[in-house]
Amino acid sequence: MNKNDIIICRCEDVTLQQIHDYLDQGHTNFEDLKRLLRVGMGPCQANTCGHLIQKEIANYLNIKVEDVPVHKVRPMILGVPLRSIAEGNDEEC
Amino acid sequence: MKNVNCLIIGAGISGVSIAYNLAVKGMKNIHVVDKGYFTHGATGRCGAGVRQQWNTETNCILAKKSIEFFEHAKEILQYPGNLEFKQEGYLILATSTQEHEQFIKNVQLQNSLGIPSSLLNKEEALKIVPHLNTDAFVSAAFCPTDGHLNPFKMTEAYMLAAKRLGVTFSFFEEVLKINRDGQVIDSVETDKETYVAQIVVNAAGGYAAEIGELAGVHIPVYSENHEILATEPVEKLQGPMVMSFSKNIYCQQVPHGAFLMGRSNPGQPHDHDIESSWQFLDEMAKTAVEILPILGKLRVVRQWGGSYNMSPDRQPIISATDELQGFYIACGFSGHGFMFAPMTGLLLSEIILKETPTLPVEGLSLERFKHPRDFTVEQSVV
Repeated sequence: MNKNDIIICRCEDVTLQQIHDYLDQGHTNFEDLKRLLRVGMGPCQANTCGHLIQKEIANYLNIKVEDVPVHKVRPMILGVPLRSIAEGNDEEC
Repeated sequence: MKNVNCLIIGAGISGVSIAYNLAVKGMKNIHVVDKGYFTHGATGRCGAGVRQQWNTETNCILAKKSIEFFEHAKEILQYPGNLEFKQEGYLILATSTQEHEQFIKNVQLQNSLGIPSSLLNKEEALKIVPHLNTDAFVSAAFCPTDGHLNPFKMTEAYMLAAKRLGVTFSFFEEVLKINRDGQVIDSVETDKETYVAQIVVNAAGGYAAEIGELAGVHIPVYSENHEILATEPVEKLQGPMVMSFSKNIYCQQVPHGAFLMGRSNPGQPHDHDIESSWQFLDEMAKTAVEILPILGKLRVVRQWGGSYNMSPDRQPIISATDELQGFYIACGFSGHGFMFAPMTGLLLSEIILKETPTLPVEGLSLERFKHPRDFTVEQSVV
């Protein structure tokens, strides 16, 4: 299957071809790819693409998948509206 | 052991701009070393805004000339990607008469330097950002040529252009030791290599003071965490960056659709913390919803932190060092290194190559802090 037709990050529509193009340029870690392609920056926060890309990096570098560092996990776990945060706190005061 | 003409410590926006400018001027054998991944430091954590509305002359000129570069950066650097540069302005809200009066002075200074900012009354501001809470401000300053630029893409553009000119880069390589031969720089040891170099540039961002200490050069800067968050992307709603110094907020919708917003945490300790806090999220949500109520509907998808490298006058240090020949510094940007990067690279390359600088650089020297006097301190900082 054509790598241009394989979506790795469905939040940001990033294809396998785009991942491989940056791997070829030496960006062989998730954090680089995130900043250059926006993988993991969408609503799912790499819950979908994280392990797929980890595998691609492992294959590319010919190392074990467990030796590929996982991406930095940042808050929030789920998207929360700003107003809920702002007003939720008021109720506690 | 490797011989290089110039070793640059730090591959953030300042480091890549310095490397590119030196290479354009013909310097060969330049190497850039960075201890982490691509844009792991302040560059990749910044708010992606570029503005010219400052209250010191130096910052105004650095910003204006940098924007002039950004306007043509894609062509100059022959970047195949999209820098996501947009000029839809910064709308800076005044929330008191006192702040309004300060803005009158700021706009006068900016106009005298050719920056097209102006003062707006409430009605004029609401025409530009209709969803502003009318009770949250008294007037505003606006500069239409301020805007947004993607920090990752801009850094990549400089890096690729520098590589084409022969500059080499290594990441995940940490500087451990800087050796001097009396008053002259000798070599730099990392965890992987020893570089013999006559010219070493400290562009280490949040870690500039520590790199200075390794070389035995005291740099009066410190780092502090400034936090920021991103929302889910939505249809275009807001053109300019909305900012307020008194309300402690900056907030813009990037071309991708997400809103980025940040604020500073009063009393933040001086250290290398870059973690996220619930206190920030709480205060940020309250401030954003007060000033821009419609944003209350947007979901926060991510928050993070990054270091401001603060100098005593909140203006950068772009300088040679008197006590160590061959050791140069670009740091202390106080949260604004990204937007000044074109001038950082140009000026430091001119200093290194002993050319006549495009601008007077005395006000950017490390020396200025050695003689106690009243600095002109930049106030327009969030």
